[in-house]
Amino acid sequence: MITASTLLNSETIAEHEQSPQEIRVRVLRQDAPGEESYWQQFAIPYEPNMNVISVLQRIAAISKAQDGRKVAPVAWDCACLEEICGSCAMLINGRVRMACSSLVDNLFKETPGEIELRPLTKFPVVRDLSVDRERIFHSLQRVKAWVPVDDSYDHGPGPRISPEEQEDAYPLTTCISCGCCMEACPQFNKIEVVQREEESDEELESRKQSAYDQQFLGPHAISQAVRFNSHPTGSMNADERMQSLTGQGGIQMCGNAQNCVAVCPKSIPLTRSIARAGRAATVWAIKKFFDR
Amino acid sequence: MTQPRVLVIGGGLAGLSATMRLAELGVHVDLVSLVPVKRSHSVCAQGGINSVNAVTRQQGDNEWKHFDDTVYGGDFLQHQPPVKEMAEWAPRIIDLMDRLGVPFNRTPEGFRDQRRFGGTLYKRTSFAGATTGQQLLYALDEQVRRWEGEGRVKKWEFWDFLEPVVDDDGRCIGAVCQDMVTMKFKAFSADAVILASGGCGLLYGRSTMSMICTGSAVSRAYKAGVKYGNAEFIQVHPTAVPGADKLRLMSESARGEGGRVWVPRKPQDARDPKDIPVDERYYFLEERYPEYGNLVPRDIATREIFDICTTDGLSVEKDRLCVYLDLTHIPRETLDRKLGGILEIYEKFQGVDPRNAPMKIFPAVHYSMGGLWVDYEKNENGGLVEGSPRNQQTNIQGLYAIGECDYQYHGANRLGANSLLSCIFSGLFCASGVIAGGKKNTRDETSPDFIAAVKKQEEIHQAILSRPAGESNPYDIHRQLGDIMTRTATVVRRNDQLTQAYDDVCQLENVWQHCSLSDTGNWTNQNVVFTKAVGDMFPLAKLMLKGALLRDECRGAHYKPDFSMPGIEATEPVEQRAEAERWCDRFEANTKKWLKSTIGVHGNDGHPVITYEDVDTTLIPPRPRLYGLVGGEVIEQVWKERTEKATETATVG
Repeated sequence: MITASTLLNSETIAEHEQSPQEIRVRVLRQDAPGEESYWQQFAIPYEPNMNVISVLQRIAAISKAQDGRKVAPVAWDCACLEEICGSCAMLINGRVRMACSSLVDNLFKETPGEIELRPLTKFPVVRDLSVDRERIFHSLQRVKAWVPVDDSYDHGPGPRISPEEQEDAYPLTTCISCGCCMEACPQFNKIEVVQREEESDEELESRKQSAYDQQFLGPHAISQAVRFNSHPTGSMNADERMQSLTGQGGIQMCGNAQNCVAVCPKSIPLTRSIARAGRAATVWAIKKFFDR
Repeated sequence: MTQPRVLVIGGGLAGLSATMRLAELGVHVDLVSLVPVKRSHSVCAQGGINSVNAVTRQQGDNEWKHFDDTVYGGDFLQHQPPVKEMAEWAPRIIDLMDRLGVPFNRTPEGFRDQRRFGGTLYKRTSFAGATTGQQLLYALDEQVRRWEGEGRVKKWEFWDFLEPVVDDDGRCIGAVCQDMVTMKFKAFSADAVILASGGCGLLYGRSTMSMICTGSAVSRAYKAGVKYGNAEFIQVHPTAVPGADKLRLMSESARGEGGRVWVPRKPQDARDPKDIPVDERYYFLEERYPEYGNLVPRDIATREIFDICTTDGLSVEKDRLCVYLDLTHIPRETLDRKLGGILEIYEKFQGVDPRNAPMKIFPAVHYSMGGLWVDYEKNENGGLVEGSPRNQQTNIQGLYAIGECDYQYHGANRLGANSLLSCIFSGLFCASGVIAGGKKNTRDETSPDFIAAVKKQEEIHQAILSRPAGESNPYDIHRQLGDIMTRTATVVRRNDQLTQAYDDVCQLENVWQHCSLSDTGNWTNQNVVFTKAVGDMFPLAKLMLKGALLRDECRGAHYKPDFSMPGIEATEPVEQRAEAERWCDRFEANTKKWLKSTIGVHGNDGHPVITYEDVDTTLIPPRPRLYGLVGGEVIEQVWKERTEKATETATVG
C-alpha cells in the first residue's frame, strides 16, 4: 500500500547500469587558520541522484575516514541547496562551482568514481571547505551598491521602467555573492589578515577592512555598480560609485581574462558589465578633467 | 541620552525590514544571523508578493477583499485586525520595494506587471522573474548595508542565538549568542529583542526549506517561556521536486502563468507525456474546481495531488509518487521572462528542460503558519494602533517576534505570495512600537544577569562536548525525527498515528540525550551547533504532534479524514436542502468548538501544556470554506439565508 511515508522515499531507484558501488572523496582539510592543510580520503556508498551536498552530509554522518579512523566531520557552508543563497562555492575536481548543483553523476563523467574537494583559494580558510568571504560584501559597501532612498515611508511607486530596462537589470540583480568570479579571476588575490597577539576583534576588523580597500573590488562589485548606475534613482549617486570604480583596486585592475563570466553559476554577463563600467570610467575621467 | 539598542535575531525579509526601519528611526541595531544575511532563506521565495493594485482596483478589488481572501484562505483561524492592517499596507509596501530598486517585471508601458496566485480571482501578485524573494531580500540587504556603513547597524553573522535573557521583573533585556567560528559566547544587552528567525521545516528532515531553518531560535524562546500558537498548522506545498538532500520548491507562479497539473487517465501510462492525447489526460484540479482551477488554495491542491497518487493510484510513475506540472503549451519566450529562475532550477537538478517536457512534482513541507504567540492593539476601525508596543510583542515584555516565526497572519493555511508581504509588513510595522515600548536597559553585559546567562550556556555546551562516546549520532536522529514527522504530521493525520508519533519522538529525544559528537573541538564546530539544534527540535515536534492530536476537526492544512465534512450526497432538491441544513448545523457547532488558536506552553516536565484562545473574527464572520465541495452551492445558499436571518434578528432586536 502506498502511504504517507512515500513522501519520504519518492525518488526513483534509477537503473544505472554501470554505476559504481562507492564514491571515493578526497578532501583538502585544514583545522583552523594558520594550520597546515592535509588530504583526507573518504568512501561512501553510491546512491543515484546525489549532489556534492548529500555526499558531504553522508561524510558528516559517518565521520570516519576511508582507513576507518574516527575523524571530525568536514566543515563546509551551505543553506538553500538550490543555488540561490550562494553559500556552497568550493573547488570541485579543481573547478570552482556550487556544491549543491554539482551532481555526482555528472562529476563521474570527469573522474569516474572519484570526487576531489578543496576550499576556495582566494579567501582565507576558516576550517576545511569553509572560507571567510566577508570581502565579497565589503566590495559591495565600497561601490555603494544600493538605491539611496530618502527613507522607508510612503512616497508612491518607484520610477517607471521599461520592460527592456528591467530585462537588462534583472540578470545583474541575480548575483548570489558566491565568490566564484573572484576565485577564477587572475587579478584577484587572496588577502589573509591574521589576528596579532593582544589585538582586539575590533582592531583586527578595521585592519582587515583597510587591507580590502587597497585591493581589487572583484567582478561582482563592478557589475553591481553598473546596475545601480543605470537605475534612475541609483544613478543619483553615480559619481560616488565612479570614484570607487576608478580608485585604487578599481576597474583598471581587470586584465580582461574573462574567467569570471565563464564560471558564474548564474550566467551573469559580467564581462559586459565590466566593459560598460570601463567605458563609463573613461567618460567620467574626461569629464572630471574638463570640470577642474 | 544614549542611543537605544535593539537586538534582531535573523536577517531574512522580516529581520532586515525591521532593522532598516529601526536604524532609520535612530536606533542602534545588533543583527545576529546564522549565515551572512544575504544568504537567508527568504531568497528561496519565488513567485511574488500580493497587494491590491491600480488594475485590480478598477476590476472591483480593494484592500478588504485581499483581507477577506486571506482569512477565508486561512479558514478564519487568524485574528483579523493584524490581517486587515497588513492588507491595507500592502500597496505601500510594494511601492517601497519598487523604490528600493527591486526589478519587478514590467508591462510594455513600464508599469509593474502582476500575475494571479492561488486563493484569489484577481491578479494581485507583483513579481521579479521567478526569484522575487531573492530580489526583495537583496533590496533590504542593500539598505541595511548602507546603515551598516553609517555605523547604525552591526552585523553578527555566523552567530547562533541561544537564549533570551529575562530580568527579575520578567522583562527581556537581551540574549546570549555564540560565535559559530570561534565558539565564543557573548551576551547582548538590548532595550528590546526581536526574533525574526523564520520557519522550522528541518523538523521534517527534508522540506523546501534551507538547512538553517531548524527552528532552534524559536524553540529556545519557547523553552524560555514564550507561548507558541497553532503549532499543528504546517503548510505542505503542492508542487516540489523531490531530491536526496532537499525537496526543491516549484513555485505556484508556474500555475499562475498557466501551468496545468495532470495525470494520464490510464495508470502509469508509459507513453511520452507529449504523445498522450488531451482526452486521455486527467486535469483533475481544473475538473474538480472549475472556478479556481489549478489555483485553488495550497492545502486543497496538496490533498488533491496526494489523493490522486495514493487513493486513485494515478501517480505518473510506479515507484514514486508524482504528477505532471505542464508548461509546455506556453511560449518559451514567456517562460524565460517570467519563470526563468525556477525552470533553471528544475533543469539543473533534474537534467530535463521543463519548456519541452512536463515537470514531475509532488507536495513537500514548506511553511509554518503557527509560530510564537504575539500580541496586537486594535484600533477603532478594526485595524491596528500604529506605534503600540503591544504589536508583535510576545508574552515576555521586550521580546518581539516577526515574520514566519510568529503565528499571526496566515491562520490554518497561507495563501501564496502572502508570506513575503507578512514578513516585510511585520518588520516595518513593529519598529515604532518596539521603540515606544523600549525601556532603557541600564544593565550592560557585565551585570550579573548576563554573566549568569553566559555561564549557563557555557555549561550546557561543555556538557554536550564532554558526553561519552555513544552509539547514535545527531544526523541519524535528525533523519529519524524527519521520518516520524513526515509520516504522521503532514497531509493526512490520524489520531492513532499521532499518539504513536508522540511516544516515538519522546523516545528519540532520550536517544538524543546520549548521542555522541564526532567533533569535540572548539573551532568552527558545526557538529555541536547541529546537535544543539536537533535537540531543540523535540520541544517543537512534541507541540506540533500534541496540537494535531487534540484538534479533532479539519481546518486548512490540518486534515483528519475521521473528522472531515464531506459534501452533499443527495440528488433530490428537498433532500439536498435538508442535508445542507445539517451540514451547516455541524459547521456552526464545529466553529464554536474549534475556531480557536492552539496555545502551547513549555511544561516543566518537557511536555507541552495546551490551552485555547478565542479568535477575533469581529470583522468578517466565519463562513464555510466551500472550494469545490460537492453541493457547495446548496450549502452556500442555506448559509446565506441563515446569516441574513441572523442579521435581521440582530437589527430588529
